[in-house]
Amino acid sequence: MARTYEPVIGLEVHAQLLTRSKMFCGCSTEFGAPPNTHVCPVCLGLPGALPVPNGGAVEMAIRAALALGCTVRNRSRFARKNYFYPDLAKNYQISQYELPLNEHGRLEIEVDGVKRRVGIVRIHLEEDAAKNLHPVGAGGDTLVDFNRGGTPLMEIVSDPDMRSAAEAEEYLRKLREILMFAGVNDGNLEEGSFRCDANVSLRPTGQKQLGTRVELKNINSFRFVRKAIEYEVMRQQSVLDSGGIVEQETRAWNVEQSRSFTMRSKEEAMDYRYFPDPDLPELVVSDEMIARARAQLAELPAEKRARYRSALGLTEYDASVLTSHPAISSYFESCTNELLKACEKPLSPQQAGKRCANFIQSEVMRYLKTEGLGLQVPVTASRLAELIAIVEIGAISGKMAKEVFAQMAATGKAAKKVVEQKGLSQISDASVIDGEVERLIQAHPEQVEQYRSGNKKVLGFFVGQVMKATKGSANPKMVNEALRKYLEG
Amino acid sequence: MSAVRISLEDVRHVAKLARLSLDEQEIETMRKQLDSILDYMASLEQLDLAAVEPTFYSVAMQAPLRTDVIQPSLRRDEALRAAPMEKAGAFAVPKVMDGEG
Amino acid sequence: MTEGRLHTRTLVALSSLVASGEISSIELTRLFLDRIGRFNGRLNAFLTVDPEYALAQAAAIDRSKQKREALGPLSGVPIAVKDNICTRGIRTTCASRILENYIPPYDAHVVQRLRKAGAVIVGKLNMDEFAMGSSNENSAFGPVRNPWSLERTPGGSSGGPAAATASSLVAAALGSDTGGSVRQPASFCGITALKPTYGRVSRYGLVAFASSLDQIAPITRDIRDAARLLGVIAGHDSRDATSYPGEVENYEVECGKAIKGMRVGVVRDAFEKGCDEDVASAIDKALETFKQLGCELVEVSLPHISYGVSVYYIVAPAEASSNLARFDSVRYGLRVLGEDLFDTYAKTRAQGFGAEVKRRIMLGTYALSAGYYDAFYLRAQKVRTLIWNDYAEAFKRCDVLLTPTAPTPAFKLGEKTGDPLAMYLQDIFTLPPSLAGIPAVSAPCGFSSSGLPIGMQLCAPAFHEGRLVRITHAFEQSTDFINRRPAAFELD
Repeated sequence: MARTYEPVIGLEVHAQLLTRSKMFCGCSTEFGAPPNTHVCPVCLGLPGALPVPNGGAVEMAIRAALALGCTVRNRSRFARKNYFYPDLAKNYQISQYELPLNEHGRLEIEVDGVKRRVGIVRIHLEEDAAKNLHPVGAGGDTLVDFNRGGTPLMEIVSDPDMRSAAEAEEYLRKLREILMFAGVNDGNLEEGSFRCDANVSLRPTGQKQLGTRVELKNINSFRFVRKAIEYEVMRQQSVLDSGGIVEQETRAWNVEQSRSFTMRSKEEAMDYRYFPDPDLPELVVSDEMIARARAQLAELPAEKRARYRSALGLTEYDASVLTSHPAISSYFESCTNELLKACEKPLSPQQAGKRCANFIQSEVMRYLKTEGLGLQVPVTASRLAELIAIVEIGAISGKMAKEVFAQMAATGKAAKKVVEQKGLSQISDASVIDGEVERLIQAHPEQVEQYRSGNKKVLGFFVGQVMKATKGSANPKMVNEALRKYLEG
Repeated sequence: MSAVRISLEDVRHVAKLARLSLDEQEIETMRKQLDSILDYMASLEQLDLAAVEPTFYSVAMQAPLRTDVIQPSLRRDEALRAAPMEKAGAFAVPKVMDGEG
Repeated sequence: MTEGRLHTRTLVALSSLVASGEISSIELTRLFLDRIGRFNGRLNAFLTVDPEYALAQAAAIDRSKQKREALGPLSGVPIAVKDNICTRGIRTTCASRILENYIPPYDAHVVQRLRKAGAVIVGKLNMDEFAMGSSNENSAFGPVRNPWSLERTPGGSSGGPAAATASSLVAAALGSDTGGSVRQPASFCGITALKPTYGRVSRYGLVAFASSLDQIAPITRDIRDAARLLGVIAGHDSRDATSYPGEVENYEVECGKAIKGMRVGVVRDAFEKGCDEDVASAIDKALETFKQLGCELVEVSLPHISYGVSVYYIVAPAEASSNLARFDSVRYGLRVLGEDLFDTYAKTRAQGFGAEVKRRIMLGTYALSAGYYDAFYLRAQKVRTLIWNDYAEAFKRCDVLLTPTAPTPAFKLGEKTGDPLAMYLQDIFTLPPSLAGIPAVSAPCGFSSSGLPIGMQLCAPAFHEGRLVRITHAFEQSTDFINRRPAAFELD
């Protein structure tokens, strides 16, 4: 009888920090510059150059740590991790080993209604490696571009607390979201600013002792994480089922073939010869620095969702769409605030929130998608609030607003300007509408009689006539009211 | 004569870690020399160090923190000038597979 | 004007001559370039001499002088720096094949400071490869010879700076000291060297050997010159995270102050065992001199300094093994193409590094490798704490500590090359202060029966360089050792 096994999964995430300059030198961290133009003696590892830590990176790592419930160490230490590789300028990476900056955090996840608290062992600071390129035209050589070399990285190491690929994926999504909302990482998996390795082992269900773990590298999308872990669980299970032993090794995921391959066996395991970096005295973080980081820590996505529901009355779905990215939530929040301030008609926060949520989720997001703009909304939040306010006071219809928005996005003009120039303004002038209604009543005495003798359907005829006469721009609500007044009065 | 402190196998392993190509003669000489040095160092084993903290930094200091501002980088031609082989604005090396190392 | 003897004057004296207009910097620079041309062949002290670069700097100083601009404290005086100190546009080899043609794109912090102070840098000085050695025989470009006796070593690793200064090929030089690398050569060559407290001088642009120990240090004719030079290069540098942020004291004003009542600690067991007789008697005489100058002699013991050699030769190679990993032929340096990348690295490093460098890389890699870190590296750093504590205790009872600089006067070239351990034991007195990070001076205190210079080492607590200047100056004034010079280079 085949035994059942429980997968045990731990994740190591490397997240680039959103600093302007590198971890140990003043070179720019900008992505996509021509090769080897953001380099200096320090990040090229030239003889005699020395590292000086970036205070901005330290602050960001502390902010991330606080968002993940970590304890920040007042004294931590940089260490050298020694290994030879051409993308590593000094052939050692400055990292942290003993005494990392942050320890003992946690992250709550929920998959299929099951909640789990995943422990975070440590979050430490280190420098990123450069990039090895293998272009076809290089005559088989590898080319090294040191622009990325030295970019600040946080390594976030979880406890082996996850029990399925789905949980691992959820952990990563949650972690990415938190780092993005803490303003420390852009969450860009394609550009490699958020990367993941997984440690996977199996143990017979009910057993406490952990099985032999296999490290999976190069799994840089949520989909691959899931596939690679599922593949690895199956692979280990079939090894165990056929009476074999799982070898401790490092495997790399191959995207094209959807399978993993041995990269390094246990015998070939690296001997990193960690030791405290003598170029860098201890990193001392004062309580004031921690307090400052705490004060700068923005509201996290889970807190935002709860607030959107309770204070703004949004549905769970709306709240989660609007917190899918910090850029969207901040756009939504400032739009709502502007609307409350700008609208001539007093609105409750719930009303304002609902109006903005609807408009952003329908018009704005659709526009971004069809135009391929990513998250670059071409209309500022305050201008969008103006547009929604115009709808709110009845100056234009909701249908017109869509057209106005598209015009605003295309031309960069304010809502009022577009409405004016296009003559889109809805007729809400009571005297104009009254005049039109009076004229029609006098012209159609028969229909007036029919209405007054009980055929209320005739109202529709009059509405149609007013609309026709005003080319559809009369405020329908006001037309209805005026007609009733004249017909019944 | 004291016990052998370092074997030929150890020397080969360390040479690999350090990326030093040594021939058999050099390995043998290196082993002997390292052995006598390590033997001299064995005197450290006499000390009781249970309650002693290590001194990694002889002068007590704390790491200064740099403000996160961009400083000028090297010009690319300066950065590449000393490269043994340069191609397309990058440093060229014999082919490696990613993930090795 | 005794122009023929100008080269024998000190850095301080020569800079006043330039400042007062008695001689131009160009004249002075030509004079020293001429001496280098005549004598360097015998000594092999210089690896690179750049007359064009030197004369351009000298001309600039002379122009400033003509325009009546304020001149710096080293105005117009030719000096040279050890070849592990980066100079923009000038070859910096570390006396290694692996950097034989390397030209840095930037100046070391100290080079910037020297130039700002008006010094004329004439070239780069020979050394033991990557500063690893005690005899200068580990240079890939041949050993330096001792000006007092050409078949002898000038000491190491700053053999070039010491030989060039002692033979007046330059007025002064900068060396680097990791475990005695300026002090022992100064002692062998009859001149003065002042190793500052760790962190006092920025290491930015000094090619690292052992980062927790390396310091750049002046090598000079007398202590006032050392004080002047240290005043120029000392001070905080934001590019070195281990650079000490405290104020720099005025070292030169210590010259001439009385030392009456100063307590000189004597570590008797340190030099009575295993020390050359001439050295021991020179130290005894020095103690007598200090007594006559009103100092109080205090017997102190430093029970753990005998472990200094073991601790140092674990810690320094460990750091070196990591520091020298960057020489891989990717971004600079020699490349020996192999079958694949691994082979290219291994062949490049095997051909690029000399025997001693390889030995230390091996030793250091071993001391850090899996299973040995605790037994070697960590243990050594713990014993370093005991040595540090020894000094802290000793300095409660005395103001400075006196030992010989080296156990012997200069030995013969080739004498110790076959026995690495015997060579390491040369550093027995200079290593402990380095491990404790404290400042130490080596100053001439006598001559052996065969006429070779002998040096004494004085150390003080961290950041008390001024105290070392004061006591050394008082000693100089009451003795005549600094005025003797190697005859072969005084023909003119």
